[in-house]
Amino acid sequence: MQIADLAQQIIDEFALFTDWMDKYEHLIELGKSLPPFDEKNKTGPHLIQGCQSRVWLDATYEDGKVMFTADSDAIITKGIVSLLVRVFSGQPPQAIIDANLDFIDQIGLKENLSPTRSNGLLAMVKQMKMYALVFLNKQP
Amino acid sequence: MFTTRTIRKDFPALAQEVYGKLLIYFDNAATTQKPAPVTAVVNEMNSLTNGNIHRAFHYLGNICTERYEEARETVRTFLNAPSTEEIIFTAGTTAAINTVAFSFGERFVHANDEIVLTEAEHHSNIVPWQILCERKGAALKVLPINDDGSLSIEKLHQCLSKKTKLLCIAQASNVLGVVNPINDIVATAHAYGVPVLVDGAQGAAHGGIDIQDTHCDFYVFSGHKLYGPTGTGVLYGKQKLLNEMPPYQSGGEMIASVTFEQTAYAELPLKFEAGTPNFTGVCGLKKAIDYVQELGWAHIKKQEEKLVRHAIQRLQEIDGLHIYGTATPKTSLVSFNIDGIHPTDAAQLLDKMGIAARSGHLCADPLMHRFKVQGMLRFSFSFYNTTEEIDTAVDALKKIKQLLR
Repeated sequence: MQIADLAQQIIDEFALFTDWMDKYEHLIELGKSLPPFDEKNKTGPHLIQGCQSRVWLDATYEDGKVMFTADSDAIITKGIVSLLVRVFSGQPPQAIIDANLDFIDQIGLKENLSPTRSNGLLAMVKQMKMYALVFLNKQP
Repeated sequence: MFTTRTIRKDFPALAQEVYGKLLIYFDNAATTQKPAPVTAVVNEMNSLTNGNIHRAFHYLGNICTERYEEARETVRTFLNAPSTEEIIFTAGTTAAINTVAFSFGERFVHANDEIVLTEAEHHSNIVPWQILCERKGAALKVLPINDDGSLSIEKLHQCLSKKTKLLCIAQASNVLGVVNPINDIVATAHAYGVPVLVDGAQGAAHGGIDIQDTHCDFYVFSGHKLYGPTGTGVLYGKQKLLNEMPPYQSGGEMIASVTFEQTAYAELPLKFEAGTPNFTGVCGLKKAIDYVQELGWAHIKKQEEKLVRHAIQRLQEIDGLHIYGTATPKTSLVSFNIDGIHPTDAAQLLDKMGIAARSGHLCADPLMHRFKVQGMLRFSFSFYNTTEEIDTAVDALKKIKQLLR
């Protein structure tokens, strides 16, 4: 599936919840089901330090696709991390570079990607695109 | 006799709904809401009575100058400072500390000297001193706190020496709320010949300080944490020190005469007020001080003590909740963590429930390291808050705990 389709899937999924509490409950569940991040990789180069919460991000490049793993110490942040991983992981670098994050806005979680939140998410998106750019330039 | 119900009517911000719920504002240690009389003064001056101060001979300029200087007298009385020449208006606590760090540092701090501060300082009372030390080849010396957030005078003795040029200490910690024994601390430092800067950011709204009782050498605070406008603040400094210190910023207002060869500086306090000051804001700050003094410190303290006592008692109902800063006396704030819950998650969910709390390192990283935590949650109360609001917040926390389990 392409990024736009995955994003639409998430929009549809969140459209089921009318109450903010249910939405956050779902987000928390998503955070909990994020595949585990290797504890020994929770170090310097993978750490994105926000003022409020920390995010860890790692990426590999396989068969023209970027694979992301990520984690956060805050569960709501982790829920959004899981959405970003779901949309971006397994995509070709150029698609990641070109992608926008309108779906986060559409599911009503825009404030989480605001620079004032300082939860590391905005920096994480930047870092994901940076990985994609590096892998793109590595291509033969 | 004032009731909280009538007082709240002066604060329109408290009557608004956020996310469809009546706002519960528990972030007063970050900034307080402004009473209507304060915004009225600022609005009136912005729309009508606006003339630049200390230089114009016209009607508006004269009125503004008079009001600005009246505000200085109000601050002097508030702090019981000996003279208005010792009251300098700044943009806030941070600007005031930076002024001292630069000017006092320039005059009095040299290589191998030491600046002493405590483990519980706000970043604003750490970083300017760090930069000064780097510039001068001096060193920071850190006075550790006890587990309950209190300070011991014995440990202070160990930090002070002939090398110490200044002791910088918060009147009360913005994280722990613990009020430091400023009189004893100043007396101890003075016995070593060390002047003391007291960071009153968390003290001004709870009664301020009596300069002639504590004998501190510098006292700084922000207007916006004292029900006044943002961008206002005060630096009190002992005249003898201020006279010896070079100006910090330079430009208009702070000069006596200028030629291209030489400039003679103005006398205190204008020497430290370069450029057009925030005179509308300062007049708003005067109104804010008048407002709280009319309520009376006795009333404010009684209310705030009641609130913090109630909060501590109710929060302890929650399993796995830890409160930091158990020493007394304490300002009206409480910082805590709940086992297994990231403070950011809790703050985000509280926000959705209409409760404004603070989370994160609270601008005190060294203190977070001291307690080995990533961050904390903080409720900080003002006299306009109610015990019912605290009950609502505690119920919300219980709900959040369920949700995050």
